[in-house]
Amino acid sequence: MAEVGAEIERIGPAEVEDVELYHAKSWITKYVFSQDAKVIAIQYSATAIAIGMVALVLSWLMRLQLGFPESFDFIEAQDYYQFITMHGMIMVVYLLTALFLGGFGNYLIPLMVGARDMVFPYVNMLSYWIYLLAVLVLVASFFVPGGPTGAGWTLYPPQAILTGTPGAGAGIVLMLVSLALFIIGFTMGGLNYVTTVLQARTRGMTLMRMPLTVWGIFTATVLALLAFPALFVGAVMMTLDSVLGTSFFMPTIVSQGELLKHDGGSPILFQHLFWFFGHPEVYIVALPAFGIVSDLISVHARRHIFGYRMMVWAIVIIGALSFVVWAHHMYVSGMNPYFGFFFATTTLIIAVPTAIKVYNWTLTLWRANINFTLPMLFALAFIVTFVNGGITGLFLGNVVVDVPLSDTMFVVAHFHMVMGVAPILVIFGAIYHWYPLMTGRMLNEAMGQFHFWVTFLGAYMIFLPIHYLGFLGVPRRYFEMGTTSFIPESAHTLNEFITVVALIVGVAQLVFFYNVVWSMIKGKKAGHNPWKATTLEWQTEEVPPGHGNFGRELPVVYRWAYDYGVPGAEDDFVPQNHPPKRAPARAAE
Amino acid sequence: MIVVGLVLVAVGTVLFHLLSPWWWTPIASNWGYIDDTIVLTFWITGTVFIAVILFMAYCALRYKHRAGVRSEYRPENKNLEWWLTIVTTVGVAGMLIPGLFVWNQFVTVPAEATEIEVMAKQWSWSFRKPGKDGKLGTTNVRLVNADNPFGIDPKDPNGQDDVLVDGDNLHLPLNKPIKVLLRSLDVLHDFYVPQFRAKMDMVPGAVTYFWFTPTRTGTFDILCFELCGVGHHAMRSQVVVEAQTAYDNWLNQQMTFKKALAAVEKRAAENKQLASRKAAADIVATIAAD
Repeated sequence: MAEVGAEIERIGPAEVEDVELYHAKSWITKYVFSQDAKVIAIQYSATAIAIGMVALVLSWLMRLQLGFPESFDFIEAQDYYQFITMHGMIMVVYLLTALFLGGFGNYLIPLMVGARDMVFPYVNMLSYWIYLLAVLVLVASFFVPGGPTGAGWTLYPPQAILTGTPGAGAGIVLMLVSLALFIIGFTMGGLNYVTTVLQARTRGMTLMRMPLTVWGIFTATVLALLAFPALFVGAVMMTLDSVLGTSFFMPTIVSQGELLKHDGGSPILFQHLFWFFGHPEVYIVALPAFGIVSDLISVHARRHIFGYRMMVWAIVIIGALSFVVWAHHMYVSGMNPYFGFFFATTTLIIAVPTAIKVYNWTLTLWRANINFTLPMLFALAFIVTFVNGGITGLFLGNVVVDVPLSDTMFVVAHFHMVMGVAPILVIFGAIYHWYPLMTGRMLNEAMGQFHFWVTFLGAYMIFLPIHYLGFLGVPRRYFEMGTTSFIPESAHTLNEFITVVALIVGVAQLVFFYNVVWSMIKGKKAGHNPWKATTLEWQTEEVPPGHGNFGRELPVVYRWAYDYGVPGAEDDFVPQNHPPKRAPARAAE
Repeated sequence: MIVVGLVLVAVGTVLFHLLSPWWWTPIASNWGYIDDTIVLTFWITGTVFIAVILFMAYCALRYKHRAGVRSEYRPENKNLEWWLTIVTTVGVAGMLIPGLFVWNQFVTVPAEATEIEVMAKQWSWSFRKPGKDGKLGTTNVRLVNADNPFGIDPKDPNGQDDVLVDGDNLHLPLNKPIKVLLRSLDVLHDFYVPQFRAKMDMVPGAVTYFWFTPTRTGTFDILCFELCGVGHHAMRSQVVVEAQTAYDNWLNQQMTFKKALAAVEKRAAENKQLASRKAAADIVATIAAD
């Protein structure tokens, strides 16, 4: 791998980059209407986690109903369907997408590529405020007559806008408006992330020297910029169907005995638009997680990532393929069944680059020198849950296998494991990893260990058994099973068990939040580069880095991000901005 | 600790699988091939899963941090990477090819299959079978009303002898291939009997289909498998699979469209008579009041 490590033996002296940034003049412009990507990152993260807590509470309510049906008077069928809808949409869009791209993207991209800030700081600020508005509109839907929409997070018409579905009036319209706002806000941020990666990298930071975190977030952002417009038009069209009575998605319908005025629309058209966004969305969440976890593993295993170039290409190939697999969500939708041949093939092909990533993570551990820090533990837990969720994707992607499993609890177990549990474990790992940079203090180890074990084993115990309920034929999105001949009593007992574990895991998160607050004041001082990492964000003058990120001069990059355990090197890691030994001699020529 | 944790997850998963009382509901249709494909997928992927975890556990044990030790510096290994890619591709193809083979059967409806129609609306099922002519009459959503809940075109002669089952269970003869035509009046629904393994969404404005052959007698639950509003979970019916003679007996007792129309007309005529009598009585009453 000499090509990556030492190809550049000499780089000219660093020039002072005198970038004009808007320096905040007041408290308001520094902490509220801030144009500093790091502050925006924390605003995005805090908002995403706050709305995520709403989704967490909704999941408890759902689990209470599933574990102990007919025990809670305050959960009616319509409430339950509202819970599942809002839980799903919040988790996928308002928490995971916002946290990975708006949160980690904003914090890490400029620091890791050696830039002073995002290239359009003002637009970046607007991005956050529009996101916040989208969240507020979403929250408002809880308080309108009829409540939020209960159409399922997929919002399939005609159901979503017809009576018979909770929130079919104001609820669904607010949901669609909120999504449209989210997409507008995201586009502002997304253009920033992409432009910054392409245009603002420091000297020597070639694309093939970027940390995989940046590759993951960058590729995910490109996907999001291409995928979200499909959802946007879908949302606009459904809003028109609902408010103005157009018929984009509405055929001739007799609803509750009454002939409606709609005519000639196609419900399946919406599904195509939704999943053209929805499948890339899975990778919008997964690719940043892939990137971040690669870096966590490498840093804490004290070894270079194995097969870096393959890892980069795998991210890019997965991203490209994710646009030609969407209809695997629609095998039993009533679309032309012959599409199944095409989409099953493309879907299973994605398994190959994905498997390569898993191999390379585990091969990074091979012959490494592993520190079992909290970020490392979360990274290992990610691999376990991601592989588990990934292989069940091979069931659901293989069209004929999907037929009996679709819309069962197996699907619920699959996507929670692969795009719920696995990315969230990465988020936790990433917070334990970068918290010292953001605050200058370490998170408490004992609380972290408790949080890790309860979360990892608990989440696994929740979702592994749910697959088996799916095999049995238990449908998802059922308020209650009632008497169903093929469901044995033991399945109800299992549901009770899952609910109890879910509540425990949920409550254990409070320890994490307590740790985050407690450590900010009382945590051990982190100092510079506590993990001995090579990437640029750890090489700043100040910790936490100030506005403008680096000191007077931007760092110059001489090597890839993974020089750990380099033979003959002084230390077991060589930072990216560390010049090669021969450089001074050459420079003197 | 993490080594123990990883091994525990691997062993625990295998034990859970072996001890789990929850597995496929016994099959009652010809789609045993689907089950076989799933079992094949299960073993290939399950082996990979356990192997990955155990490999990580081994690395965690063997390469735990020791002071003064450096990790190996070997960023790439072309041979290994190519081998892993090839083996994975072969494994994936080993699942995909049988899967597509079975899918081909799934989309190829046998010529001798009998057509039946399942119609869904919020939140009930109704069923329609062709009469002696073997053909279902054409339908139109705009014709749906209380007297013609299926929206059958009364002018279509094929529809006159259609057998209508509204508010009762569906009966099917054993071992006869069935092509199920699916229709919805309002929102998306999905017709699914777990024992049959085959399902398909029902889409308003379109007719969808799938086929299967019932291979076991019994009574099975029909569930709606596509979220369709607050009554989704309660949208149930049952299907009775029985021998041909029992099935024929049942079929002969069912209402046909023609009979249903006649009953409606008779009722309408009576109502008209009643209405004219009532009108006369009203006039008499009015006069009397004057």
